[in-house]
Amino acid sequence: MKIEMKSISKSFYGVQVLKKVDFTLENAEIHALMGENGAGKSTLLKILTGVYKRDEGTILVDGVEKVYNHPIEAEKDGIVFIHQELNILPNLTVLENLFLGKEIKNSLGVINKKKMEEKAKTALKTLNVNFPLDMLAGELSVGKQQMIEIAKALLVDAKLIIMDEPTAALTEQETSLLFNVIRDLQAKGVSFIYISHRMEEIFEVCDVISILRDGVHVMNKKISETDFDEVVRSMVGREIGDRFPKLTNTPEENSRLEVENLTKKGLFENVSFYVKKGEILGVSGLMGAGRTELAHAIFGSLKYDSGTTKINGEKVKIKSPIDAKNHGIAFITEDRKSEGLILDFSIEDNILLADANHLSKFGVLKQSNIEKRVNELIKKINIKTNTSKQPVKSLSGGNQQKVVFAKWLQTKPDILILDEPTRGVDVGAKKEIYNIIIDLASQGVSVILISSDLPEVISLSNRVMVMHEGKIGGILQKEDATQENIMKIATGGN
Amino acid sequence: MKALDIRKHGSLIGLLILTIIITSMNPNFLSTTNLLNVLLQVSVNALISFGMLFVILTGGIDLSVGAILALSSAITADLIVQGYPPFVAMGAGLLCGAIFGVVNGLVITKGKIQPFIATLATMTIFRGLTLVYTNGNPISGLSPEETVFSFVGKGDILSIPVPVIIFLIVFTILMFVLGKTTFGRYTYAIGGNEDATKLAGINVDRVKIMIYTLSGLLAALAGIILTSRLDSAQSTAGVGYELDAIAAVVLGGTSLAGGRGRITGTLIGILILGVINNGLNMLDVSSFYQNVVKGSVILLAILLDRKDK
Ligand SMILES: Nc1ncnc2c1ncn2[C@@H]1O[C@H](COP(=O)(O)OP(=O)(O)OP(=O)(O)O)[C@@H](O)[C@H]1O
Ligand SMILES: [Mg+2]
Repeated sequence: MKIEMKSISKSFYGVQVLKKVDFTLENAEIHALMGENGAGKSTLLKILTGVYKRDEGTILVDGVEKVYNHPIEAEKDGIVFIHQELNILPNLTVLENLFLGKEIKNSLGVINKKKMEEKAKTALKTLNVNFPLDMLAGELSVGKQQMIEIAKALLVDAKLIIMDEPTAALTEQETSLLFNVIRDLQAKGVSFIYISHRMEEIFEVCDVISILRDGVHVMNKKISETDFDEVVRSMVGREIGDRFPKLTNTPEENSRLEVENLTKKGLFENVSFYVKKGEILGVSGLMGAGRTELAHAIFGSLKYDSGTTKINGEKVKIKSPIDAKNHGIAFITEDRKSEGLILDFSIEDNILLADANHLSKFGVLKQSNIEKRVNELIKKINIKTNTSKQPVKSLSGGNQQKVVFAKWLQTKPDILILDEPTRGVDVGAKKEIYNIIIDLASQGVSVILISSDLPEVISLSNRVMVMHEGKIGGILQKEDATQENIMKIATGGN
Repeated sequence: MKALDIRKHGSLIGLLILTIIITSMNPNFLSTTNLLNVLLQVSVNALISFGMLFVILTGGIDLSVGAILALSSAITADLIVQGYPPFVAMGAGLLCGAIFGVVNGLVITKGKIQPFIATLATMTIFRGLTLVYTNGNPISGLSPEETVFSFVGKGDILSIPVPVIIFLIVFTILMFVLGKTTFGRYTYAIGGNEDATKLAGINVDRVKIMIYTLSGLLAALAGIILTSRLDSAQSTAGVGYELDAIAAVVLGGTSLAGGRGRITGTLIGILILGVINNGLNMLDVSSFYQNVVKGSVILLAILLDRKDK
């Protein structure tokens, strides 16, 4: 499918987010769309598929001018959009989600479950994932939900698949599987628009790259004619230097958090480890290795069967997030939409939520303090917005993630648990977040960094703990923490 | 910009239109006496609605308010008849209302029962207890002479009825609580995303229990005012009041899913219902038709609200 978008503009509430963007996609092309958080990538593609109306411009699909008023119309033409924010209905089963609105029925309108199951199984098999079709989708991890979204696209006879950060929740392995699927489909003539903040992926799988900066199309090149530095420069508009800052923190002798024999049947078993004061402990592992669940157990939001937790050498009982917070633990969850944010709330109110007590007196909010503090944070981690009163649901995905980060930063924690903290965050902002993490560790904060981004864990951790099927496969010192070593343990090899 | 204003002030515009229609048919509607009368008539529903607003903002519902009103007013009336000082009797009534609210809160949070079911059950229990307590008989002959008790329902200050003053004070306090305190912020947060609120380390259960307590307390206060105005407590008092309160909250633009809504909206919702009642009375419309009109206005308001989105 060939797409030509010409001179597309769009404003929200008087703020122009797309400025006369031209965008061309050739048949059977894998086209990367890059740009900082809030550059307008998602908006451009939402305009293409009829989620938003454009203010001006024309769209040609295979040479014919088209106006889609609703994504369903685009889908009828074979354009499938896998959104950045997952559209999984948690109370429906995997199967129901896969076929939502496209149920296979016989002439009497009765659903043919057998046939749907068959098709679903084939699709899941292509992606090499395997989970029960009758399971409630809400019980699956974000990564698995993402796989459902991708499988949905396979079920439709798509001519163009738009993927808005499809791999944000996936591990390397699943990502390379996905790439195989993409290449297979490309060979069959399917085009792709691929948005990602993971640089390596772009160079691995894409043919052409377009870059948006502040709503302007600033670069369009063959991927073979550009390089990492040029891409970053065009995105950010300046040099950002090395991707990962130097680890300057020095872990102290004493351990701050000790976990002993933590067990939750079916999720993780006999997990023991410690984190020192001022240390960053990376946690690596495949999807489903139990990392997120372990974090929830430490934070008191998941009941575990047995095991003990010590803070500063003393046994503590953390039964709820309230206890955790009182013990100085902060937790940035992986699923910002359902666990991290109140989408209707403003940036300010979200940030305030985790630490309202310090910003209030006798329960009455101290508005001027709040505004000052929130604006400081917005500046510090560079949230792209005009006002702290903007509802987070109208922020770009990456900026939403930064709000979650700001919220917990505000609580000034001793122990900071990060579960995929840079998911969907652009390169420049990632570096800002890395700087903050290292800064915190230098000030004595103990950081547990769960991440599926291997270069990230490796560069940012003093030690790396690798989990495999709910157990600790090994804990690697900095010098041993190489991509190969980690993957070996993560996949169960020795 | 204009469209935005209509959305924001939809219910206010509705109230104005109603007022204009009724005034054009009977100019007396706008007289000070009648307007004060409208306020007096809505004061009981207003107090209940304010509590209901908090509950609905968290995504819950409190069906037991009418029954709490009846039971606490029976208790207050009984104590007065027994000769206790009015302050003691009213204090006891309020305390009971609060306790019933705590019960609701505990059943919902610790018992993990959905608010609709939980308060449906406690509504039945409280109503039943009222019958047990009163034997089904009205308790009357409460204030032969002027006391603080009769002042609460029938008195006035600078010719403004005391119930109106009470509900406006409560309104002001609650507006402050919702807008300017952590408690208010948590109320919205729970309705917006309960999981995220829990994970932010907020004691969601405690906030919810406090909110149902507030709802019970306000229902009891409404009950005391009603009892004082009528000079008697009935076991059937407050039947259906929960529905009026829910209607007022929804008319005021609050989403039943929680997380969104303002107390000024609720006040307007209350006034719309009050104006309809009062206006139709002034226009001599039969009370049978009044319910039809009221229900239709509620439907219309919600349909319009939906269209705006
Ligand atoms: N519905 C909306 N209402 C108001 N503003 C919006 C809305 N949707 C997007 N925006 C604004 O438009 C700008 C572009 O957002 P968009 O989601 O397209 O960014 P993006 O390039 O996809 O960023 P990210 O990499 O973070 O996903 C942002 O500043 C965002 O706040
Ligand atoms: Mg986006």
